[in-house]
Amino acid sequence: MKKFSWRGLSIVIFICVTAFYLAPLAFPNLPEWWGKNKLKLGLDLRGGMQILLEVDTSELSDADARGAVDQNIKIIRERIDQFGVAEPSIQKLGDKRIMVQLPGVTNFEAAEKLIKQTAMLEFKLVAEAEDSKKVMELIDANITNNLALFPKLAELDKKDRKLLAPDSTKADSVKTESGVFSTLIRPGERDYEIQFDSIRMVQDLLADSLFKKAVPMGFQLAMEKADAQTAKADRRLVVLHSNVELSGSDLAKAKVDFGSSTSTDPRIANKPYISIEMKRDGAKKFEKVTGDNMNRRLAIVLDGIVYSDPNINDKISGGRAQITGSFTTSEATELAIVLNTGNLVAPIKPISTSIIGATLGTDSVRSGSTAGLIGLIAVVLFMLIYYKLSGFIADFVLVFNVGFILAILTAFGATLTLPGIAGIILTIGMAVDANVLIFERVREELDLGKTPRSAVDSGYKRAVVTVWDANLTTLIAAAVLYQFGSGPIRGFAVTLAIGIVGSMFCAIVFVRSILETFVITGTSKKLSI
Amino acid sequence: MRLMQNTNIPFVGIRYWAYALSAILILAGVVGILVNGLTWSIDFTSGVAATVNLKAVDAKVAPLKIDELRTVLKSNGFPEAEIQRVGDFDKANFMIKIKSKSSTSDVSSETKGKILDIIQANFPEYVAGKDISRDVIAEIYEVGPKVGGELRAAAGLAVLVSLLLMIIYIWFRFELTFGLMAILALFHDVFIIVGIFSITGKEITVQIIAALLTIVGYSINDTIVIFDRIREDLKTYRKDPVAEVFNRAINRTMSRTLITAGTTLFTALALFFFGGSVLHDFAFAMCLGIFFGTYSSIFVASNLVIDLSQATHKEKSTIQHLTKRK
Repeated sequence: MKKFSWRGLSIVIFICVTAFYLAPLAFPNLPEWWGKNKLKLGLDLRGGMQILLEVDTSELSDADARGAVDQNIKIIRERIDQFGVAEPSIQKLGDKRIMVQLPGVTNFEAAEKLIKQTAMLEFKLVAEAEDSKKVMELIDANITNNLALFPKLAELDKKDRKLLAPDSTKADSVKTESGVFSTLIRPGERDYEIQFDSIRMVQDLLADSLFKKAVPMGFQLAMEKADAQTAKADRRLVVLHSNVELSGSDLAKAKVDFGSSTSTDPRIANKPYISIEMKRDGAKKFEKVTGDNMNRRLAIVLDGIVYSDPNINDKISGGRAQITGSFTTSEATELAIVLNTGNLVAPIKPISTSIIGATLGTDSVRSGSTAGLIGLIAVVLFMLIYYKLSGFIADFVLVFNVGFILAILTAFGATLTLPGIAGIILTIGMAVDANVLIFERVREELDLGKTPRSAVDSGYKRAVVTVWDANLTTLIAAAVLYQFGSGPIRGFAVTLAIGIVGSMFCAIVFVRSILETFVITGTSKKLSI
Repeated sequence: MRLMQNTNIPFVGIRYWAYALSAILILAGVVGILVNGLTWSIDFTSGVAATVNLKAVDAKVAPLKIDELRTVLKSNGFPEAEIQRVGDFDKANFMIKIKSKSSTSDVSSETKGKILDIIQANFPEYVAGKDISRDVIAEIYEVGPKVGGELRAAAGLAVLVSLLLMIIYIWFRFELTFGLMAILALFHDVFIIVGIFSITGKEITVQIIAALLTIVGYSINDTIVIFDRIREDLKTYRKDPVAEVFNRAINRTMSRTLITAGTTLFTALALFFFGGSVLHDFAFAMCLGIFFGTYSSIFVASNLVIDLSQATHKEKSTIQHLTKRK
């Protein structure tokens, strides 16, 4: 029985760790606790989407801002879970950034929209016809008095005056029939209509905080939702009472329903809609509002856009309602998710997005493995020819080293990225370096006429210092790279670092043990190196 | 089999030729950077880069010409779009890049959607029968100006920090002159590669920065192996002139230097030829880096140590410092 050696033990551990973590790749039917530790592929290899979001906390206090980011992460996570993505990753980066990774997602537009979407649901009463008219007149008057605040309207006004008075010097004094704002709209069947080519301008105005001040207290203007068919038609503009009768917080549950094809309501027939259920208090409020405002219209407003404004025919109890509005199925699904998960606490903005198609990922894996295999074969052949038996040992250990990198990546739950594969391939080239250093040194010692055993001893002794020095600096570079990089670049740094550590262990401990145990046994006179 | 056994090439003797060659290479790089500037990828400038596959499913449709794509994008509000082919001609992969014009103007997050809409509307025959997100989009990157600017600063800082840490390491393990000259050699490597990228008009991407840092690590590795041997030999051959000791050390580590350069170059070349389009430039930088890194380790770094220690008359103290320690 040989005496216990630390070196032997470390090699056994090295091999066991490698085997343990690589087994799931080779044998698919391992027990669950074992098989779950499987090497994960990065987004760039599987395809998918990554979004870096920044939370705008400028309007929150410091204390709220801190909570807001975490709260947002929670909401985004819920939304993504309901959307159905396998293994999403949502991380906080720094103070107010959120990194969302969605592997395997192909419907990236919907995913991005879902994450960003806010849904401010409000129920508001539509103003009576005469009130609306007064509101419009007041807006016109307010704007005429402060025309300088609305450069676009001022420009329009000037143009109108010129048309009325060809003599430009008198243009300013020409009296126009109505204010400039109401020239953009006209009374329609119900409420007002905006001509298609003015929609953009009115949209901008509605979002303008100065314009909001020009609207009389207690009222607000909102446009109707457009769908694919009505996007290029005239749009309805509705005057609402700004008092919120019910809001999203009164909501208990939202779900998508599909109208039957026999339905008499054209907004529902054969179309998806969202049915909502209110909380107890919400249901009471709803009952009161509908009871008090019979024969008026109640608008369902989402993010400032009127989705529908049905007439209240009856007092509605039970707290159920429908949001219709010519949704597409996916729109309706996403909206229901957003309504269920609640609103983001602070607005978020994507500051960088990457989308990698699944095809490119598969191609990358394939070409990466081809390159790796070719590189490996070239290096292995070279070592074999140049160092013969010793080279063979180094090759044998090199294969373990590559396995070790993959195993440690698995153990840390790290992902394998394309730059990571590049890192492994380069490591194959560099890993033999430690062996080369040592073998060259041993050869020199042999040239001096030493026996194989003492040549290996002194060769190792001298070369190991160099191996440490040389590899530690590469390790420094890898550490800096890790600090600097994100995502794939980190993957590269990690594989490089593991490769360095692994190759040092392989050369200094593993190869030497094999050499000393099997090759230079007894008093052999020659060493195949 | 043995390479480079018992060579005695006068590396130290021909060092001025090597300096001249390096100076020419660096100068060419400087001129290249001054004339062409550096092309930063959208990772750094911000903007949108989209690679789309426009190979028609119907074999009868003639392959899309790059000019057609350019004209259509130009007339649809993207006159600044740069378009290039990626990979093989047959594969019909096009990369469309739209860089933000200034650091403040934002490429809106709708840009990528708009580009896809334009392509679908104008080239229906090339997307027919394909799933847009699965078959047409190869990759899309969209980078906001904030991220781009930060990344550029971070990349520069990363390269500088790694160089600084290495000076400190070598200073600690060897001696300051060695540390400084090793870093000078590294600057030399990085500079030449960046120069070549500038002259060839290749983009500096995040991956290229990663390659540069790896090269820094690789080149210093080579240099240290030689330094180590110099240190050892200075102790062994105390009576020999310094230049001779240096030359002998370089020669005796030659075989190792070349073998490691060779095996690493094998793998980098394998990446270059077989690693696919995404890693192509990265592998290109690595190949250059291994080549120039090896060159500078042999011809530049240790020779500079000789010259600097002679110039500063610190030769004796340098050697004493090195040989005194164990």
